[in-house]
Amino acid sequence: MDMIKVIINGKEYSVEKGSTVLEAAKQANIDIPTLCYLKDINEIGACRLCLVEVAEMRGPALGPWRMVTSCVYPCTDGMQIKTNTPKIIASRKMNLELLLSNHDQKCLSCVRSTNCELQTLCREYGVDQSRFAGEKTHYAIDDKSPIIRDNNKCVLCRRCVATCAKVQGIGVIGANNRGFDTYIGSQFEARLADTSCINCGQCIVSCPVGALYERDDTDKVFAAIADPDKHVVICTAPSVRAQIGECFGYEPGTDAEGKMVTALKALGFDGVYDMNLTADLTIVEEATELIGRIQNKGVLPMITSCSPGWIKFCEHYFPEFTENLSTCKSPQQMFGAVVKTYYAQKMGWDPKDICMVSAIPCTAKKFEVGRPDQSAAGVPDVDYAITTREVGRMIQKAGIDFKNLPDTAFDDPFDIGSGAGAIFGATGGVMEAALRYAAEIILGKKLEKLEFPEVRGTEGIKTASYKLGDLTVNVAVASSTGKARELLNKVKNGELDVQFIEIMACPGGCVNGGGQPIQPAKVRMSKDLRAIRAAVLYKDDAESELRKSQDNLAVQKLYDEFFGKPNSHKAHEVLHTSYIKRGLY
Amino acid sequence: MKKKLTTVEFHGTKEQEEKLLAVIAKHEGEKGAMMPILQEAQEIYGYLPIEVQKIIAAKTGVSVEEIFGVASFYSQFKLNPDGKYAISVCLGTACYVKGSGDVLDEISKQLNVPIGSTSADGKYSVEATRCLGACGLAPVMTVNGEVYGKLEKKDVKDILAKYV
Repeated sequence: MDMIKVIINGKEYSVEKGSTVLEAAKQANIDIPTLCYLKDINEIGACRLCLVEVAEMRGPALGPWRMVTSCVYPCTDGMQIKTNTPKIIASRKMNLELLLSNHDQKCLSCVRSTNCELQTLCREYGVDQSRFAGEKTHYAIDDKSPIIRDNNKCVLCRRCVATCAKVQGIGVIGANNRGFDTYIGSQFEARLADTSCINCGQCIVSCPVGALYERDDTDKVFAAIADPDKHVVICTAPSVRAQIGECFGYEPGTDAEGKMVTALKALGFDGVYDMNLTADLTIVEEATELIGRIQNKGVLPMITSCSPGWIKFCEHYFPEFTENLSTCKSPQQMFGAVVKTYYAQKMGWDPKDICMVSAIPCTAKKFEVGRPDQSAAGVPDVDYAITTREVGRMIQKAGIDFKNLPDTAFDDPFDIGSGAGAIFGATGGVMEAALRYAAEIILGKKLEKLEFPEVRGTEGIKTASYKLGDLTVNVAVASSTGKARELLNKVKNGELDVQFIEIMACPGGCVNGGGQPIQPAKVRMSKDLRAIRAAVLYKDDAESELRKSQDNLAVQKLYDEFFGKPNSHKAHEVLHTSYIKRGLY
Repeated sequence: MKKKLTTVEFHGTKEQEEKLLAVIAKHEGEKGAMMPILQEAQEIYGYLPIEVQKIIAAKTGVSVEEIFGVASFYSQFKLNPDGKYAISVCLGTACYVKGSGDVLDEISKQLNVPIGSTSADGKYSVEATRCLGACGLAPVMTVNGEVYGKLEKKDVKDILAKYV
């Protein structure tokens, strides 16, 4: 590795050749303020907040001092860098004032207040009003989709645009018009709900301010809890426990399952259940479907169907692959379907009186609850899907002191989840869980080694080949729809011969979902949240005594008492669904 | 000014579409081809409606929004077709100080066509232009190239009466 010397604020550092000034400063433990910068995704030097003064070597002598944008300016050998001169501070301050001059400044009720990168910088630089008060643009709030856009708060950083186009390969939002009239929106002023948006919410977690947020369903959930005629139950997805702590100031990568369960019980839910259980149920159904497709020469490769962002992506951008999708509902929908059929029957409840809430790391699941063919008991399987962030807000609003809560366990009878169910939240996890099941069924004996390391890790596309007796199964895993597009094009062109594909819409899987707590760009610059958050789930799995979906007694009981056997007629009625060939809007 | 979306129904012909497809095919694989494609598409259709942008998106793999972003950024691209009667009022410095802004507003009001757009029936388009080079006649407007000078607000009614 080639190293060069730079002098930052009078002190010498050795940095990798090719580093930007911003990266070099980070190595010197200096966070230069940024707003538009998002590592690897949006490095465009647009917001001008990362200005620093540099002087470069011109031959043997030092050249003149100049102001440059540190996020895109490469270091050169012998470069001198000053990050906090009065001149820099004054110019950053002015840039903040210019941003505020066309910003609604409604911080009091803003969903991002105290977690807003603009607000933080304004506090640090002592900026509260603009010297440049003048005309302001006013935009209607687009709230017809689960993802809400309030351009009155937008700073035109384009982090959402870059994420949508470059990471997710979608590009339904962009900068329209010019100059003062510039706004971020969709083609021909279409609302997001009328475009080929997949509701993944990666734009929300990229946004430095409160211009993008999910539809808040928490008031409806509070109202349901207060209704004495409703049985209000909640199930939490595998990766919510791994991130909910971040809402309360814990470091990313903190497992807070016990406190989360206690807090949800304190909120007044009649039952607090573990979605890992229906993750296991999904595996049994999905792997059985896969074995069936392989043995009966059905449509292959089969592709997983747990990620509703991916489902809508497939329907819009690869409608020719909808037959390849597993017909299994997602774990969230399976949970609702099981509660409103099996459990309602068992308890003698009318499914209409059940309010099923799911806590999920995902914004696309808000869309999924309203999909057709997702109502096994004649009413929607799930009533409200609330994100990890919304769960955090409910707990805060209710005044529950999260950090001081004791741990409690999930409620009977939906309290058992295997390690295989836990890793559903990370890219490759569903594949590994399915392999643990399918391999035992195909080989007809217990597996000795349960880990499938080839499909683990944050790599965008992973492939592996497994020999199960006489059968060779080629598999592929993709996370982010940008990578899914790459993978599917390879399958389409015959470059890749696989039988089973796992796709998750968000980069790194659900742990990095669009509904997860938002970490600012400076944290994302130094930490790979995908890996840190996923590690919680793999640790859960490794420490679990129950590591295979098929060994989950609660799942076995569901089959014994209700479904009969995997992929039975009853299972198809309750646990499977259908898709729509949407094409592009 | 923010570009206005058109309310005029799209009447593209098969022949125009074939021409457009030929243009896109000509630029296939070329980097930075969006500008020339949009320019040539506008030559074919006279403007760039959503129907045309969608064809370009489908054939080039660039998202419609990205194309719309380009089309709405540059003033050379039109989102509205010229009307049967294309009315342009000069907002160059000389015309503007002599009150052409008021004349333009009056035309827009009388025809009920927002500035920068075309009436839904395709009859009138109203737009502001830069200096036409007839500053001696300020304020100046043109209708399909016919020039009217030394205008006042009260002249608008009689001029428009000629184009019905």
